Amino acid sequence: MIKLENLSRDWKEFKIDDVTLEIEDGEYFIFLGPSGSGKTMLLELIAGMWSPDSGKIIMNNKDVTRLPPENRGVGFVYQNYMLFPHKTVFDNIAFGLNVRKVEKNEIKSQVEEMMNLLGISHLSNRLPRTLSGGEQQRTALARALIIHPQVLIMDEPLSALDRITREELIQELKRIHQKFNITIIHVTHNFDEALKLADRVAIMKKGTISQMGDIDEIFRHPKDEFVADFVGTENIIRGFASDGEDSLTFVNTGNIVIESTQKKTGDVHATIRPEDITLSTDKVPTSARNVFEGHIKEIYDLGTIIKLTVDVGEQLVLVLTRQSFLDLELNIGKQIYIYFKATAVNLF
Amino acid sequence: MRRLDYTTIFFALMGSFLVLFILIPIVNLMVSSNIDSIVANLQDSQVITSLFISVYSALIATLIAVLFGVPLAYILARHDFFGKGFVESIIDIPIVIPHTVSGIALLLVFTSGGILGAPLGKLGIVFTNAIPGIIIAMLFVSSSFVVNSAREGFESVDPRMEKVARTLGSGTLRTFFVISLPLALRSIVVGSILCWARAISEFGAIIILAFYPLAASTLIYTRFVQFGLSASTPVAIILISICLALFLVVRLIIKGWRTYDKT
Repeated sequence: MIKLENLSRDWKEFKIDDVTLEIEDGEYFIFLGPSGSGKTMLLELIAGMWSPDSGKIIMNNKDVTRLPPENRGVGFVYQNYMLFPHKTVFDNIAFGLNVRKVEKNEIKSQVEEMMNLLGISHLSNRLPRTLSGGEQQRTALARALIIHPQVLIMDEPLSALDRITREELIQELKRIHQKFNITIIHVTHNFDEALKLADRVAIMKKGTISQMGDIDEIFRHPKDEFVADFVGTENIIRGFASDGEDSLTFVNTGNIVIESTQKKTGDVHATIRPEDITLSTDKVPTSARNVFEGHIKEIYDLGTIIKLTVDVGEQLVLVLTRQSFLDLELNIGKQIYIYFKATAVNLF
Repeated sequence: MRRLDYTTIFFALMGSFLVLFILIPIVNLMVSSNIDSIVANLQDSQVITSLFISVYSALIATLIAVLFGVPLAYILARHDFFGKGFVESIIDIPIVIPHTVSGIALLLVFTSGGILGAPLGKLGIVFTNAIPGIIIAMLFVSSSFVVNSAREGFESVDPRMEKVARTLGSGTLRTFFVISLPLALRSIVVGSILCWARAISEFGAIIILAFYPLAASTLIYTRFVQFGLSASTPVAIILISICLALFLVVRLIIKGWRTYDKT
């Protein structure tokens, strides 16, 4: 268990201000926040790269506040991987074992096992600069994991990757989290990563924690405008997925059934981007698979854009231009129809 | 073919002035003496001794500069502290003051009665008119090359790489030797060779502090004063060849050394 107690430190450009939290053993914990919110600095404090001005860091009931990073048992993965450019993939991964003076044959077998696990065995003799982003990230993960850290800390580990590689690595991280039964602390500004990976999330703002809890909780009940702004523009609905007709997936939320082109069964979350939802006051013929009737619950005037919350059995957020909002003569309580395509429904 | 505009042509013409200004005297010098006199000088024991003194003393000065300059460079690259600008300025001072002035300043301190010369004299180390004098004259004027180049090298190593090494269990000193130093080594070697070449070329501070034993640059000067151009030119050619060879090595290292951070 990791406990941060009133942790504070002031760098000139950033500061961490009175952060208190607990992370359970084996938990996947994500710090979410915009750039400049001090996320990286908090991670580096936990890893021991800085000393706090005040406050305590407790790991496994031991005060490690003044312990140097080499004695903390923390694995660290940076966004830009920070592989040692003068060492091969093998030697990068072996680094932590070499420091520990592990016997040569033992190092070889452990590194090979780790490379195997992460699917990078064929890269063994390559230098980091010849690797793709995803390969570098896997190498960095292997290097951190081989010392069997109590905690794996990752700073924006997926931000520099293309979308497909990112998806692959998200699956990889899930697998690693289960296999090693390791506590993971992960920092990102990407809400999607938090949805897919986190057990719990803390939203950070200017060095403080704005809100902490499970992802649904934060999404459904943002504590303040900052959190709402940061996570707020997506629709997320829990449901049970099963195979439907026309090779679609039907997601029963208990109130409505949403159709998606993505293949999933069992308990899922469905997300729909607000801009993918269209609205009309009369029922119109459409190719969209998802058509729901409901009424307008809330209207937010954002200037040129109007944000609406509609209740169609589930509450969904959508956006309209000011002009169409005026043309449709909308007001709270008005009966409406909403439409969105099955391809617009993301399941995870 | 790429068309050149008038501005580029004009600037190229202007710029070639300096290139020719440096190149012509050196090329002219290299061809102004016949091979026989160069060979004769290479068999002259006074010339060989003075060349040896220059190369050897410069090597010692460079090693001292590396030994003390690399840790300083690392501190300057990694830490901000009160008075950092002052320290940086001090390292650069020898570049901006006349070398004869450097020589006088050193002489005052390292003469047999000087504040450093007296205690070191008791240990048997004499500076005036001795090789240690040549070495400290060279060290004074050329150590900044090592410090500045090594510093650039360390600055190009991302501190986060060192941090990762530390989380993997490597202490600060080990991290320095296994990660930072190898990655900055190219800059350190380039700086050292520049320091060495600059030390071999030193004259002004040396003649004040240690006219004897004759270093190569001092020998050229005495030959010129005593016997004129024809006597000094062959020695000058030999010395300049050594310096140019060192310079060439630097360029080759810069080009050929495996760089890790660029693809």
